[in-house]
Amino acid sequence: MLQIDRWKRVLIWLVVVAGVLLALPNGFYTRVETHNDAVKAIEAGGTAAGLEEQAALWPSFLPSSLVNLGLDLRGGAHLLAEVKVQDVYAARIKGSWPEIRDLLREERATVGTVRLQKSASDELRIKISKPEQLQNAASLIRGLARPVSGLAAAGASDIEVTVEGDAIVVRLSEAEKIATDERTVRQSLEIIRRRIDEVGTREPTIQRQGADRILIQVPGLGSAGELKAIIGTTAQLTFHSVVSRASSADEPAGAGNYVLPSLDEEGVYYVLEEASVVSGEDLVDAQPDFDQNGRPAVSFRFNTSGARRFGDYTAENIGSPFAIVLDKEVISAPVIQSHIAGGSGIITGNFSLEESTKLAVLLRAGALPAGLEFLEERTIGPELGADSIEAGKLACIVAFVGVLIFMVLSYGTFGVFANIALIFNVVLIFGLLSMLGATLTLPGIAGIVLTIGMAVDANVLVFERIREELKSAKGPARAIDLGYEKALSAIIDANITTFITAVILYAVGSGPVRGFAITLGLGILTSVFTAIFVTRLIVVIWFERRKPKTIEV
Amino acid sequence: MRLRLVPKETNVDFFARYKLWLGISAFMMIVAFASFALQGLNYGIDFKGGTTIRTDSSQEIDIAAYRNAIEPLELGDVTITEVFDPSFGADKNVAMIRIQAQDGEEAVTTAVIEAVEKALKEQAPDITFSSVESVGPKVSGELIQTAMIAVVLAIGAVLIYIWLRFEWQFAVGAVVALVHDVLLTIGIFSELQIRFDLAIIAALLTIVGYSLNDTVVVFDRVRENLRKYKKKPLKEVMNISINETLSRTMMTSVTTLLALIALFVLGGDVIRGFVFAMIWGVIVGTYSSIFVASTILLWLGVKRDWTKSNDTTGNQFANVDA
Repeated sequence: MLQIDRWKRVLIWLVVVAGVLLALPNGFYTRVETHNDAVKAIEAGGTAAGLEEQAALWPSFLPSSLVNLGLDLRGGAHLLAEVKVQDVYAARIKGSWPEIRDLLREERATVGTVRLQKSASDELRIKISKPEQLQNAASLIRGLARPVSGLAAAGASDIEVTVEGDAIVVRLSEAEKIATDERTVRQSLEIIRRRIDEVGTREPTIQRQGADRILIQVPGLGSAGELKAIIGTTAQLTFHSVVSRASSADEPAGAGNYVLPSLDEEGVYYVLEEASVVSGEDLVDAQPDFDQNGRPAVSFRFNTSGARRFGDYTAENIGSPFAIVLDKEVISAPVIQSHIAGGSGIITGNFSLEESTKLAVLLRAGALPAGLEFLEERTIGPELGADSIEAGKLACIVAFVGVLIFMVLSYGTFGVFANIALIFNVVLIFGLLSMLGATLTLPGIAGIVLTIGMAVDANVLVFERIREELKSAKGPARAIDLGYEKALSAIIDANITTFITAVILYAVGSGPVRGFAITLGLGILTSVFTAIFVTRLIVVIWFERRKPKTIEV
Repeated sequence: MRLRLVPKETNVDFFARYKLWLGISAFMMIVAFASFALQGLNYGIDFKGGTTIRTDSSQEIDIAAYRNAIEPLELGDVTITEVFDPSFGADKNVAMIRIQAQDGEEAVTTAVIEAVEKALKEQAPDITFSSVESVGPKVSGELIQTAMIAVVLAIGAVLIYIWLRFEWQFAVGAVVALVHDVLLTIGIFSELQIRFDLAIIAALLTIVGYSLNDTVVVFDRVRENLRKYKKKPLKEVMNISINETLSRTMMTSVTTLLALIALFVLGGDVIRGFVFAMIWGVIVGTYSSIFVASTILLWLGVKRDWTKSNDTTGNQFANVDA
């Protein structure tokens, strides 16, 4: 009776010790944080003075994972952005025009002359002068189709060619759209990550959510507005030849041209050739700089192919203006003074120092493939977060002490056992949270406080049961044994049902709700573990030492 | 001497006035539903879209002045409330400003936030904005949908679990009690017009979990006693079961309430609504597991043939598999 195998005892204590060790770093939060930062810096090759000392603040043989603090506790900015994936369709389909045109021109003898009609932005509408050849031409264009990349779309081709009335219509296929969406979102994610890294904040969370959304959380940043300024602009930089200056956006532009407004001069427009000479994709570097008059500017450098094109273009067009376009606005349209070889140049405009720095960052990180729409933004000030932590800590301690006292008053010695288990319970929750790298939010703290209240439940079930068994005049050992045995099914059922709700909360919820679900779920696991293993082990050890003839629970 | 919340032996007849209790519960549910239908919930921006700004200033808050400062911006419905918390000193004055979602805007509007902040800065120069949250209508619509799915899923999953572990009558009893708890919680939120946001959904689901926990413990005992007292009428068996578990029910409710009250008083104003929901839920959940879930079970009756399970009595898992 009342026996627990040696290996089980060892295992239980091992779990408890592991929990304590894992939870330990959180007791020295700032210290361990400094240590972790220093270690990371050293690994990255940093040699700044004091790094070694900072790294030595925490012994390296101890675990050093910390519980992540959510934005509501640490303060920072949160953004949920939707990538406008449709933006890319138009560029993709319009980009296929030169290829189709060249193909049909080669077949001029059979299909006649080829013309592009005005159409919706995500399709090409092509007319040929010999309408009887429409089907023939369409199948020629179909020959250009490429298989869609990606596993899911095996066998599908990227374009859909149909004959509608007297025109051939080329659209992206559904499979290609899905593949494009995927690429666009992934690229956007990458670029956003690069931009935020450029700014150098610590531990940003950049996550994809659903098909076309990106969640960005940056702790410690002043406001979501600042974050938006960094990631909100697409930063598509292109260089175009200028056809003419115009005074309104409705100015008729010839085929292959378009009208763009000037960035800082009101009422000034430029008619530009739509095809760009060079684009931001060819940039290898951009730095904030000053022009010869000492005004802020951005200097840039092209890669070899960009440099060659830019060099050739400037050599051929000395004396005529060209436009530097950022996100469909003309930053400036200087006249080419001389052949610019070497592939580097400088962008001037009415920049403030801050703007030129930002532009350089954006250009370095690359352009977003599509625009972003912000669906949700939250800024939490660090002081509010700190207040919440303080309040949460205090509430936790008071709740803890209250429950401890209450348990001792109600169950005496057994109450003390339950309390020891309760302390281990909270320690284990923190250990698990650190181990999983989970995020602790304010509702998460509430989850812990709730767990403190509910964790004793399993013990209470057992103790009440032992009391009942004692009433029927069984020996203490037998009563304890039966108490655990009979309470087990109630404990399991009660906790599984609560666990189910925690799992659903985690699966369906987001942000703070998820944080709550994590602590609640982990709390259930640890409280069941501590109640049926740890408390029991303590009771058994106590019983073996004391061998009491009667017990009072 | 031990502290005892309930006497050592209790012999309360919980079903003596079961009609009265069911009546009260039904009446409360109707009141809650009526309040919800007529008055509606005070939805936070998570569900309605819009912006909330939390301001912090050392000067006394003059709500009228704030309102006058924001009025010229023509932002539609603007609510300004002062926030009180015992932990705030005399030089900490906090207000919450809520601005409705702007018409025709799918996404959030930075311009609005900036304009409001500027207007308020002129009113109170040392004002700081300790949190600014803005949710676009697109997301808020989805959030309310997922929240509802979460509650329904949770209740459904639990229904199935209890059905598998017990009998369908138990499951129905438990779920009616859950619906009762959720409805009463929604009712009190609509009656007191406490802000209803995403965190409250978490609280609702926790209430579901807690109430269930309680119900399952009682049911587990009923199941056990049904095997033990094969000849006793169901009503008596259930009374015995509830009386036997009463001490535990009270203990757990009190320790949980103790912890929650600590959080309510000391946890700060940010989560007060959330904690309030849980305190209410623990009280209602404890009540419902005895007076709603059990009464329904009694009313539905239970199949009394437990002979099959008898084979396993005496082995350690006798109670584990039903």
